Amino acid sequence: MALEQVLKAADFATEVHNDWCPGCGDFGILRTIQMALAEMKLDPYRVAMVSGIGCSAKTIHYIKTYGIHTLHGRVLPVAQGIKLANPNLEVIAVGGDGDGMGIGGAHFVNAGRRNLDMLYVLYDNGVYGLTKGQASPTLKLGVQTKSLAHPNINEAVNPIWLALAAGATWVARGYSYDVKHLKDLIVQGVRHQGYAFLDVLQPCPTYNDINTKEWYGGEDRADQNGGRPLPRVYKLEAEGFDPVVRDPTDIEDKAKQALEKALEWGDRIPIGVFYNNEHVPDMGERIRQRIPTYYARTPAEQRIAGPNGEPLTDVAKLFARLSVPPST
Amino acid sequence: MSAKTPRLNDLSWMIGGPQGSGVDSSANTFARTCAHAGLNVFGKREYYSNIKGEHSYFTVRASSGTVRSHIDETHVLATFDAETAFRHVREVVDDGAIIYDPALGKTKVSDIPTIEHRLQGELKTYLIARGVGETLDDMLTTAKQRGVTLIPLPYNDLLEQIADEFHVDALSKIARMINMLAVGASLGAVGLEFEFAVTALNDVFRARKATVDMNAAGARKAYEIGKVLAPDFGYRLTTLPQKEPRLFLTGSQAGALGKLYGGLRVQTYYPITPASDESEFLEANEVLDLNDHGIPEAEDPAFVKEKGASVLVVQTEDEIAAITMAIGAALTGARSATATSGPGFCLMMEGIGYASINEIPVVITLYQRAGPSTGMPTRHEQGDLRFALHAGHGDSPRIILASGDFEEMIRDGLLAFNYAERYQMPVIHMVDKALANNSATIAVPDLADLRIDRGQLVADGTGFTADRPYRRFELGETPLSPRAVIGQHGTLFWNTGDEHDETGHITEDPVLRDMMMEKREAKLQLAGKEIPDSVKYHYFGAKNAQTVIVSWGSTKGPILDAMDRLLAEKESVGFLQLRLLNPFPTEAVMTYLAKAKHRVDIEMNFSAQLGGLIRERTGVETTHVVVKYNGRPMSNDEVHDTVKAIIRNQAPPRTVLTHGA
Repeated sequence: MALEQVLKAADFATEVHNDWCPGCGDFGILRTIQMALAEMKLDPYRVAMVSGIGCSAKTIHYIKTYGIHTLHGRVLPVAQGIKLANPNLEVIAVGGDGDGMGIGGAHFVNAGRRNLDMLYVLYDNGVYGLTKGQASPTLKLGVQTKSLAHPNINEAVNPIWLALAAGATWVARGYSYDVKHLKDLIVQGVRHQGYAFLDVLQPCPTYNDINTKEWYGGEDRADQNGGRPLPRVYKLEAEGFDPVVRDPTDIEDKAKQALEKALEWGDRIPIGVFYNNEHVPDMGERIRQRIPTYYARTPAEQRIAGPNGEPLTDVAKLFARLSVPPST
Repeated sequence: MSAKTPRLNDLSWMIGGPQGSGVDSSANTFARTCAHAGLNVFGKREYYSNIKGEHSYFTVRASSGTVRSHIDETHVLATFDAETAFRHVREVVDDGAIIYDPALGKTKVSDIPTIEHRLQGELKTYLIARGVGETLDDMLTTAKQRGVTLIPLPYNDLLEQIADEFHVDALSKIARMINMLAVGASLGAVGLEFEFAVTALNDVFRARKATVDMNAAGARKAYEIGKVLAPDFGYRLTTLPQKEPRLFLTGSQAGALGKLYGGLRVQTYYPITPASDESEFLEANEVLDLNDHGIPEAEDPAFVKEKGASVLVVQTEDEIAAITMAIGAALTGARSATATSGPGFCLMMEGIGYASINEIPVVITLYQRAGPSTGMPTRHEQGDLRFALHAGHGDSPRIILASGDFEEMIRDGLLAFNYAERYQMPVIHMVDKALANNSATIAVPDLADLRIDRGQLVADGTGFTADRPYRRFELGETPLSPRAVIGQHGTLFWNTGDEHDETGHITEDPVLRDMMMEKREAKLQLAGKEIPDSVKYHYFGAKNAQTVIVSWGSTKGPILDAMDRLLAEKESVGFLQLRLLNPFPTEAVMTYLAKAKHRVDIEMNFSAQLGGLIRERTGVETTHVVVKYNGRPMSNDEVHDTVKAIIRNQAPPRTVLTHGA
């Protein structure tokens, strides 16, 4: 589905007025998605962007592809419905941490089990932005962000751990202020054959006054670094971390090191690919084994009616099987 | 008994037993035996929400005439455990017969833990009143005193004989066969030729020869015993010539067939009784054949008629995923549906609202069961009409279509998709537990008149330009905007659960909001105008009948059967079966109901939901409501007797029916 003509990132922008708060981390993600779509030369008419509810969910209105802004927590089942019905489309799901880890938790787990060939980008900022700053499932225990009356009483869920446990076959984390790195991750995630999960650290400048851009950037630690900021975020690949499962026998070791890395937080926060396993057949392939024509004649593209509306599905054999023959 | 002329080809037969003991397959065998003999058959299945041990039973009516419902009385009761006999002996008519295991004669009613305390008390009172003890023998004695023929079937002896003949080393390996022995004895008592049972056993065991042979041998021995012990039995079955093949199927299968014929390509579901059977049937038949009705592809050498199509069935993590996944699939152009029951439907409401505001064609097949909450999961009710009508917040147009029998289920399977796509909104196709689990012979339906209508689909997106882009929700002269699908060149669109503008982007503009609300509602009005009367309702009987019954859904069967009797009794009675419940067929109700002397609303729910809806939409008040909510479907007799009493001015305004075990 690659395009002949060259589209720029700007070609994937709509004219819809963007109403995110100034300085929002979402801008970086939006921009990188547009850059990634352009870099992969994807045909906008073959791409479906699907979102949940919340600030992050508005992303799809700003991108010039098919854009389906769904219900709170339901981004994954809608995205999977699109992909299952037409496996030849490129499907990218985006949503907030509350959307994906809270109200949509069951879908998160089951998307991993299916391993459909699609990318899910989680906008991870620790708060429910659009409802004015309540604690989200990724906010750490005891942290008190601006809107909270008391420090957070719940422990945080670890999206990387949960994605691995659920069966995602490509698991990564990006940072919305490292645009080039994030863009590369999105490209990799889209190209991954199977279900790719990308956790994006995305500061909310309005409601999360703890995990800010300055905090991730380590501006508070300049005194330890000769007056220059000492970033908390570091890149896994820069330290030689190898997430790729090269042989199915590697799975256990690769999963263990991913889990171990995903525990790091605070002074050192890893970004990059934690785990990459292409040895698990994706759901499309599993379906093809049962329905050999699945890709050639997708559910979406099968003709179901003749020129005058004649139903084309032949139920004669089924009727015959349920028939009692004439009796004398 | 022998003095009377036997009642020919009009039998009500019942078999019962603990769940997991093969009650269903034995009933299936009995029903198929009758069907192969040419008789018309109607089967009703009753079971607990349980896998093994609780009591289940199955009634089969076999008749030379049309049969669409069960009756209260039982002519032959086939049992192989004590519980079935205790529970159902009182339903057996005085000139009926009971097949039972004499080895269980000393079992006391209080020995059976699966009989509820209330019923144990009731049975003991019954036995004490008749001056007998509380054993099964005592219970059977009361039946015998009434004239009932007792057919003791020595199950263990028969099993031993079979084990000998077929060299089976342990009786436990063939113990399951006792259900087929009960079938054999039943057939012997009613005198139907045994060969039909062999054909039926071949159907049921899918021609696994060894199993068929052994079961047939056992059933034949029991057949002879039945014949000998009930020589002059007053109910007989005999063959009836049938020139054409007929379908013998369940409602779940009818539901699936209709959807397939209607072009279903994606079905999502989460397991729930009694809806899952439909999805399982679909999944088992996911690879489909194609007709080549003059489609251009048929000219292509690559065109495959056989196995050229498919339906994708996806089991989801919950019903929220089921509806939203179906919505996603529908957005790509696949005819998409889900099937569920009350508790699952509860979880789908937000999705239904989403489909409504985004004008997404999706079909929800709602197999109603007894609520509220978990209610009685395996029992029948039509209690979700009000719920389906209003499910979701805000005003969200949807079409509601209710089927009353198997043929309607098949036809409505296709029509539901047509309406979903033509009017671009969710369609709730209402069926119920009784329809799902009933089985019956029906004439092979003639579907030749059915056509697929995909509504206004954008045929070619290349005409859209930057100056004149595609607008998914274009406001034009009609409320129907051309619908494009994801992946169709030139037709980008957006959807959102928020109110939207013509392209599908969020808006809170008050003027646009009004226009979009009115557009969506106008589609519903249009559906009301365009959908033909032949779909909206059926009317049976004389137009100016003094008594007009109004109902919806599976009560159609017992009402029509009862009406046949009432008309034979020269009563002036008509029946208005409402099928399209939203938009509401106001005119039909006014025409047929307003002038009747007795306006009788019959429904399987507590609050007479349709009656209320009729009052709301037409101002017409029904004079009588007949309701039932004990979880057991209405019988022919219940409807007949109640309507008869109404006609004679002997019935109160509200009658609650209570029959059924």
